[in-house]
Amino acid sequence: MKEFAALFTRIDQTTKTSIKINALSDYLQFAPKEDRLWCIALFTGRRPRRAVTTTQLREWAAEAAGIPLWLLEESYPVVGDLAETIALILPPNGQYTNHGLSHWINELRDLHDVENEARMPRILAAWDQLAPTERFLFNKLITGGFRIGISQKLMTRALARALDRDEAEMAHRLMGNWSPETTTWDALIEAEDPATDLSRPYPFYLAYQLDDAPETLGDPSDWSAEWKWDGIRGQVILRGGEHFVWSRGEELMTDRFPELARLRDFLPDGTVLDGEILAWRDGPLPFNALQKRIGRKTVPKKLLTEAPVAMAAYDLLETGGVDLRAQPYATRRAQLETLCRDLPADAPLHLPPHVTFDTWDALAQTRATARNHSSEGVMLKRRASPYLAGRKKGDWWKWKLDPLTVDAVMIYAQSGHGRRANLFTDFTFAVRDGNELVPFTKAYSGLTDAEFREISAWVRKNTLQRFGPVRQVTPHHVFEIAFEGIFESPRHKSGLALRFPRMSRWRRDKPLDEANTLDDLRALLKAYD
Amino acid sequence: MVLSFTERGIYCPAGDFYVDPWKPVPRALITHGHADHARPGHGAYLCTHGAAPVMRHRLGDIRLDTIAYAETRQIGSARVSFHPAGHVPGSAQIRIEVGGEVWVVSGDYKTTPDGLSEAFEPVRCHSFISECTFGLPVFTWEPQDIVINQINQWWAANASAGITTMLGAYSLGKAQRLLAAIDPSIGPILTHGAVEATNAVLRGQGYALPETVPVMPDTDHKAYPGALVLAPPSALGSAWARKFGPQSTGFASGWMRLRGVRRRRAGDRGFVISDHADWPGLLDAIRTTEAENIYVTHGYTDIFARYLRETGYNAQIVATDYTGEVLDPAPDEDGA
Ligand SMILES: [Zn+2]
Ligand SMILES: [Zn+2]
Repeated sequence: MKEFAALFTRIDQTTKTSIKINALSDYLQFAPKEDRLWCIALFTGRRPRRAVTTTQLREWAAEAAGIPLWLLEESYPVVGDLAETIALILPPNGQYTNHGLSHWINELRDLHDVENEARMPRILAAWDQLAPTERFLFNKLITGGFRIGISQKLMTRALARALDRDEAEMAHRLMGNWSPETTTWDALIEAEDPATDLSRPYPFYLAYQLDDAPETLGDPSDWSAEWKWDGIRGQVILRGGEHFVWSRGEELMTDRFPELARLRDFLPDGTVLDGEILAWRDGPLPFNALQKRIGRKTVPKKLLTEAPVAMAAYDLLETGGVDLRAQPYATRRAQLETLCRDLPADAPLHLPPHVTFDTWDALAQTRATARNHSSEGVMLKRRASPYLAGRKKGDWWKWKLDPLTVDAVMIYAQSGHGRRANLFTDFTFAVRDGNELVPFTKAYSGLTDAEFREISAWVRKNTLQRFGPVRQVTPHHVFEIAFEGIFESPRHKSGLALRFPRMSRWRRDKPLDEANTLDDLRALLKAYD
Repeated sequence: MVLSFTERGIYCPAGDFYVDPWKPVPRALITHGHADHARPGHGAYLCTHGAAPVMRHRLGDIRLDTIAYAETRQIGSARVSFHPAGHVPGSAQIRIEVGGEVWVVSGDYKTTPDGLSEAFEPVRCHSFISECTFGLPVFTWEPQDIVINQINQWWAANASAGITTMLGAYSLGKAQRLLAAIDPSIGPILTHGAVEATNAVLRGQGYALPETVPVMPDTDHKAYPGALVLAPPSALGSAWARKFGPQSTGFASGWMRLRGVRRRRAGDRGFVISDHADWPGLLDAIRTTEAENIYVTHGYTDIFARYLRETGYNAQIVATDYTGEVLDPAPDEDGA
């Protein structure tokens, strides 16, 4: 664990990508194979099965530290991380043994098979053998979530560097439904033919936001445009008579969207589609409708009729079992259109229509009508481009409409987590309604670190009341809230909800009585829902 | 009551004086020179001989009387004495006795010696007004020599890699404590103006500090390879700091105990070293006073007071304007 702790510390105490990659690639070269595999798994969001609950962990830690449980609970929000809180309050370790990462993971796995009462002494014994950072990491194995700024992309680069292999190939190997409990380093990384996993998706290609004028993209005839429909980015894989649905976050969502099983009736085996999963009835429904489906592992029948989903496919990555990614976009899209030509109208598969244009000006004019097409803008794709892996500038751009904005009053504040544990970062905003302030949205991003520090100091001095971690503050500051959409929501006091709200500007120039009103919001709702 | 808590500060009716008041008063007894304790505008000041030079430096021409540690002075019907708080050089706890009842105002304190400040001395009392900036069990400090070793190793590694070491620390107290403890043979030590000003005051009082080079507008960092630059935290990451070329940045503060804070400051390193007592230090200090009534100020007061009550003390929270150790002090209140 010493080596893994050293790796963690090297990564954690730098903001420089090159140092992170060096540290990782060292570990991936020299650590034992089982430890390497677990290292990749943990940093890409996979985790071992949990043998003890976090409730047990808190109780045992408080007991070991000789403090009441409530004191641990009160310390937790200050630290912002349970694994760290526990590591910090425990007395110094009494002995020390340097076991590798997988030793401790196996120890946790073995706890499944022992009696409940035998688990506490084993955890205490582990704590007593681990140095402080190792202890924190051990706790993280139980509580989950190694958020240390290692993206999939960074992990892929480090792995490619460590093994002197191709980056795109490594990215592909790390995709999909593997776990160190079901595969080995050799099978996942070293084996000649990785295609044994039928469900394995391709790395997604991600578009950049177009901030410059479209003229910078060159000749319009090199480009293809389509409406940007906003759903859940996904890949549908039809292989071996089965189908798999993957999210961009590499979550297998097959069971959440049973409607898509019908795709097997229309499309041949050996097909992989890339697109957006949308709620759909005679056209895309607002994102709000899809929201009801997100986070549900099983779907009640009522919801299947209320918010049926469909795949809006915009790219074809594999056909007849052949990887098409090196083909130009125009070719892939043409094949996709051929494939979908004879679909029945009720098939859960649609193609976002092309937006034709001769000049950038013409496209800009069409784009301005996006909200009338249930869309937030247009996607631009270079006709000659291959399908790349990850976020790479140049071939795919999203050209979105400017966000909607309202000026709102901050009324509640709550502190953040992790690196922002000592700052207030989560705020609730209200609009005016007569003499009242009606809360209508939360927002927690958009300010600079300096602004967060300033508003945090202000919140501390202007707290009216506390409700647990939430503070009610004097209504004083007005912020411009930007958002992508607005929809009706009976769950909220204001009767409406926003999509992607964030603080776009601190309106120090605006007094309270110039903030927007509930009627202003209702007008927006009418115009855009 | 020997002391009462007013909106101007902690007040002693028997002696008609205040301790560390935050609004102007006729007569103020001051525990130490940090900006949240020693404010301008009072009619008359009393502090230790050791705290006086910093007070004069910070507050200019004030009416200031001084007193030795442990010396007793009668003010009205109160008997007053000052005792080392171990917080910064010259810092004191103030003992106030009226009609046989003893109260102690801790100011800021730490119980472990730092090699520069006069070591903390527990004072027996009936009522103890204690800070609790770090009054949570997650705050425990490693011994100073371990942390100093970490700093020395980091500095030496930077020096051999040809980059400048930028260390952020409070310019009054923390910076000098670090100076007195680090290994000056590793390389030259450059100081920010705010740090150097306090250095000069303390050197004048006879505190031994290693040689330092004040940074001037025309200072060329290339002339000082392998240097350590000591500056207030707010100066790091600024244009002032960038002129030192390729650099590694570290902060020395009790808050560096928390990973979230270390990451938020986006420095390369965080060194856990504080001039305030850690959790065991606070509990130890409170126990050794043998006081029954504990009044807590600065920091996690509600949690700390609740814990004290559960362990048998009569503990109450006192609202004050003291700030404790903050990470980003405004330039004019670099202290705690
Ligand atoms: Zn202080
Ligand atoms: Zn203070």
